[in-house]
Amino acid sequence: MALEITAILLSAQSLDAKVRNEAEANLRQFQEQNLPLFLLSLSIELANNEKPNESRRLAGIVLKNSLDAKDATRKEHLVQQWMAIEISIKSQIKDLLLRTLGSSVQEARNTSAQVIAKVASIEIPQKQWPELIGSLLNNMTQQDGPAALKQATLETLGYVCEGISDQDLVQDEVNAILTAVVQGMTLIQHGPEIRLAATRALYDALIFAQTNFENEMERNYIMKVVCETALSKEAEVRQGAFECLVSIASTYYAVLEPYMQTLFQLTSNAVKGDEETVALQAIEFWSSICDEEIERQEYDSHEGGHFEHVHCHFIKKALPSLVPMLLETLLKQEEDQDQDDSIWNISMAGGTCLGLVARTVGDDVVPLVMPFVEAKIVKPDWHCREAATFAFGSILEGPSIDKLTPLVNAGLDFLLNAMRDGNKHVKDTTAWTLSRVFELLHSPANGFSVISPENLLRVVAVLLESINDAPHVAEKVCGAIYYLAQGYEDAGSSSSLLTPCLPGIIYQLLKTAERTDGGDSKLRSSAYETLNEVIRSSSIVETSHIISELLPVIMNKLGQTLDLQILSSDDREKQGDLQASLCGVLQVIIQKLGSTDETKPIILQAADPIMILFLRVLACRSSTVHEEAMLAIGALAYASGPEFGKYMPELYKYLEMGLQNFEEYQVCAITTGVFGDICRAMDDKVLPYCEGIISHLIRDLQSAELHRSVKPPIFSCFGDIALAIGEQFLKYIESAITMMQSAAQICAQMNTSDEEFIDYGNQLKCSIFEAYSGILQGFKNSKPEVMLPHAGHLLQFIELVFRERQRDESVTKAAVAVMGDLADALGSNTKILFRDNTFYVDFLGECLQSDDEQLKETANWTQGMIARVMVS
Amino acid sequence: MAPHDLRRPFKRAAISDQQRRRDLTLQRQAQGRRDAQQQARCLASTVLSLQSQSTQPEYEPDIELEPESLPDLLPEQEESGASSKDLDVRHASKLKGAEARKWFARQLMLPEWMIDVPDCLAQDWYVFARPAGKRCFVVSSNGTTVSRQRNGSILHRFPSALPNGAKTRDVSGPSQSYSILDCIFHEPDQTYYVIDMVCWRGYSLYDCTAEFRFFWLNSKLGETGACSPPSFYHKYRFSTVPIYNCDQSGLSSAYTGALPYVKDGLLFYNKHAHYQTGNTPLALVWKDENCSQYVIDTDSKGQVPSQQQVVLELQDDGKLITSDDPPVVFGCLDLDFIQKEIFYVLLLVMEVEFVDGKLEKVDLHYLGKVNRARAFPDSYSKMLEALILYEKKGKKKLTTGGIQISYAICFFEHAFSLV
Repeated sequence: MALEITAILLSAQSLDAKVRNEAEANLRQFQEQNLPLFLLSLSIELANNEKPNESRRLAGIVLKNSLDAKDATRKEHLVQQWMAIEISIKSQIKDLLLRTLGSSVQEARNTSAQVIAKVASIEIPQKQWPELIGSLLNNMTQQDGPAALKQATLETLGYVCEGISDQDLVQDEVNAILTAVVQGMTLIQHGPEIRLAATRALYDALIFAQTNFENEMERNYIMKVVCETALSKEAEVRQGAFECLVSIASTYYAVLEPYMQTLFQLTSNAVKGDEETVALQAIEFWSSICDEEIERQEYDSHEGGHFEHVHCHFIKKALPSLVPMLLETLLKQEEDQDQDDSIWNISMAGGTCLGLVARTVGDDVVPLVMPFVEAKIVKPDWHCREAATFAFGSILEGPSIDKLTPLVNAGLDFLLNAMRDGNKHVKDTTAWTLSRVFELLHSPANGFSVISPENLLRVVAVLLESINDAPHVAEKVCGAIYYLAQGYEDAGSSSSLLTPCLPGIIYQLLKTAERTDGGDSKLRSSAYETLNEVIRSSSIVETSHIISELLPVIMNKLGQTLDLQILSSDDREKQGDLQASLCGVLQVIIQKLGSTDETKPIILQAADPIMILFLRVLACRSSTVHEEAMLAIGALAYASGPEFGKYMPELYKYLEMGLQNFEEYQVCAITTGVFGDICRAMDDKVLPYCEGIISHLIRDLQSAELHRSVKPPIFSCFGDIALAIGEQFLKYIESAITMMQSAAQICAQMNTSDEEFIDYGNQLKCSIFEAYSGILQGFKNSKPEVMLPHAGHLLQFIELVFRERQRDESVTKAAVAVMGDLADALGSNTKILFRDNTFYVDFLGECLQSDDEQLKETANWTQGMIARVMVS
Repeated sequence: MAPHDLRRPFKRAAISDQQRRRDLTLQRQAQGRRDAQQQARCLASTVLSLQSQSTQPEYEPDIELEPESLPDLLPEQEESGASSKDLDVRHASKLKGAEARKWFARQLMLPEWMIDVPDCLAQDWYVFARPAGKRCFVVSSNGTTVSRQRNGSILHRFPSALPNGAKTRDVSGPSQSYSILDCIFHEPDQTYYVIDMVCWRGYSLYDCTAEFRFFWLNSKLGETGACSPPSFYHKYRFSTVPIYNCDQSGLSSAYTGALPYVKDGLLFYNKHAHYQTGNTPLALVWKDENCSQYVIDTDSKGQVPSQQQVVLELQDDGKLITSDDPPVVFGCLDLDFIQKEIFYVLLLVMEVEFVDGKLEKVDLHYLGKVNRARAFPDSYSKMLEALILYEKKGKKKLTTGGIQISYAICFFEHAFSLV
């Protein structure tokens, strides 16, 4: 039956590439020729204690990879393959795996636990492995069973719970699992390994414990065990217990009231004295409570006070003790923590939590924090000054503008002076705090700002001096300039205040972008991104001359990147990053100057050299398309109109390339959108390019490989093309409509409980409607009858969308508009259709009552269109 | 120790502009798409003005309405109609070239040729003598006045005494408001004769009856000083035309009365009809040699040529159609003529056969392309009229079953002979 594959498995790990490749080929061949036997042989290998560890390890890995994959399509394929295997063979495999849990080799036990969970994630939802939980529990109840088996069993329970959803187990099974796990955590004779495995299993099983947490006795018991475990001798076990508490904080927030006193003591002690890994989880517990309360507050304010979620105000009640505890953590900074982005320590976690507390309770946090700030900010020890600044910066979001404004007014000068502090951490945090001040308390458009015409010049002077500081400080200063500029966007006459400073700001940002002491390109891209915001926020009337002078400078810089010497893939990447930043700036400049009739000629005059640059940037790569260059090209097409046609012969191949880039799907989506821009710019002159582009778009839609987020833009693009080329779209109508109808089918069957899918579903629906609108309007004047056979299906789809209980406003707009297009384009031909589908009356009624003017107007138009049909 | 999965590193909120750039691009593209589709919708029709047809109350001509009180009296729907129309016109003002021509060409109400006599002519219809000249749409807004011909091309751009028609005058009413008049520009006295009022000071009259529109036109136009002689801020004079009921005396006044302008036929307007764009049977035109010098085609020497010319639209399947909605189809043209682009062809009529009063067989011969400025082919009624008058000239005998047409001719010959 099964084959002896030890030798092949060992050869597959050989250092000799030839031997290795041959063995891998053999394995693949075996797998393809007889999968059931292949899997059985692997299980036997894994279960056999006499085999070498190396072959058993690989057997386990191959087994796991035969049952699960990251890619959803591949995973589905593997699941189908497993389900097709004969039951008797599957049983043998499963028995072997369960037996391996008792192996003397730790690695084999652990691997087997993981493979069991993979099989369980396929079979438990289908109710095809009912005996699994029972046999695992059996391992736990044997009084004298080996500890190793119990540990492996607990691990298995954890993995199994992690891999299935909470509806897949019946309550009896849940009860049994919880009992086994809790026992594993408590029995004194169990060693730390078992208690750790049990605690981690509980973490995975908590989500199944809904019913148990509703029962006070059971809940009390579970909480007691978790709290006791949080005091275990071993740090790892304590950490596991706090992780459970973090999960309980978000899953069972509403029933925590009786335990909060205990939990505060427990977490407070951990934060003050426990090891960092434990303390971090203790802080995380409070952050999770904040998350819950913020969410409840936002929900309540949206739903007008009508809430079904209990709000216990834990943070408000704990505030007098909680805030001092968090403030203490801020003093535990590490040297050089600002140099490395991957650092996460107690002071950062504490500051983050303090920020969440401020958002939860608002004004109440201020009097508890300010004495700390005032006392520490003048201390000689940099730790004190940095902590004081961090505390101040952390509470800037949440409290009211009125509460904060006097504090910031009083402290701004101090902060500006602190940009010359002797310590780099203090400067770093000060710059960050300034950026928060500008982000949150500087909004002239909304009538409030801590910046006055009097102090603006000093603010800018300090920022432009500090941008020359260490790279990590400079980066934060960029952030401050970003938000300073953003505040002046659309701020009427206030916008003029910053105008005189712009040449200096732009000069310094360009200089910063040139710096080479940053180590990586982060400072450079921060500088360019800040430059973008400065351009975007400026008043075009006052700054057009500055921006038009900037244009050739940026073009020149982009030109220089083309001459960079490329010796390695690293060089290539650096060149690409720099080009990305510069194309980004050009895009923003094109949009800014293209936005008024007075400044547009500046762009049109430079369009040729700009486009040549973009094409050369695209030519830098052989197989991929530069995303930022493509975005900038879209902006140029939008600005240039029909003139853009002259670039098409050169650009076309890159459009094709972009549409074939499945891997970097953003590139594919952007290229699709840019072709839409080109359609609107060129109108029917785009015709010669449509044949090729449409065939790529169709291929993209048919691909299972391409990320689904690209599909909505493709449908929208169909509409753009049809509107541009009118009746010439006839050639593509059949394939386009087929795609649209099957996408509509997908919308109809979509699971609407998954948030991620709701968004996608909305985009897809909108895009299908937009495609129909474009096609109907495109054919209206010449061949409306082409769309007649599809009218019924479209109306059905509109009705389906109308009947959905939760409908996004954007979908409603698109649906109402396309209904009008249908009546408009097909005229009296749709009379019977509308007469037989009277839902449109209710739909229009709903839309006409909307507060959204745009929707009302569209509905009005549609009503008129249908009325015309009905009286015809 | 890595931060919690959901926990954004608080102090390192690096600004990410790229996603923002993508989002802004998507917003811009969505806006562009909305604009393009909206434009396609507006070009189509002016249905916004038609929607409230059934609910539109009749305005009695004897109610004295002050412009200020007008908004209160207009029902809600009418107002929204007006504002949507507002969008249309503003939008249209940005259109260029062919699109602009197409849009404006569709905004005019086009009379059908009178091929039978409507019931209740005397009670329900007005008649007036059409001034000879260029039919155009005159729009005054934002301190300027623009006239566009039927094909959409601009005739004049000038200051006028119409509301918001010149930069320095007229402070009454919101500066955004606009007025639209249906006019004929009469070359000899350089005067715009106003034959209908479509919008006045931002209020749409599309949904009003002809009776009300003519009343409003006659009471409002004079108030502005638009009928005064030309001056610096008022380049062309405007004038109303005398409008009569279709009784015996009205008909005769229109037909033979002395007028300050050269006549080009008679226009008949149904009193209850709203301003409907495109061809409508509720407005009719009559021409004969007594009231028009442009009855039928004449050559340069004033001689009637042996054939009459008609313009039909060539579809790319070779069918030839009139401008009516739905169009009347006349056979097919030899496919040799079909080119990639749609164009209109100039044709001559040879032989004709009537079945049940309808033109059935027409032998058409290709003459050539027409001027591109021409936006529409002729209507069916225009073809009939041309044929009849052609026959009347005695150039060729029609074998005809066209009873109604003959009746119309008899009716008018009789009516006018009594004068």
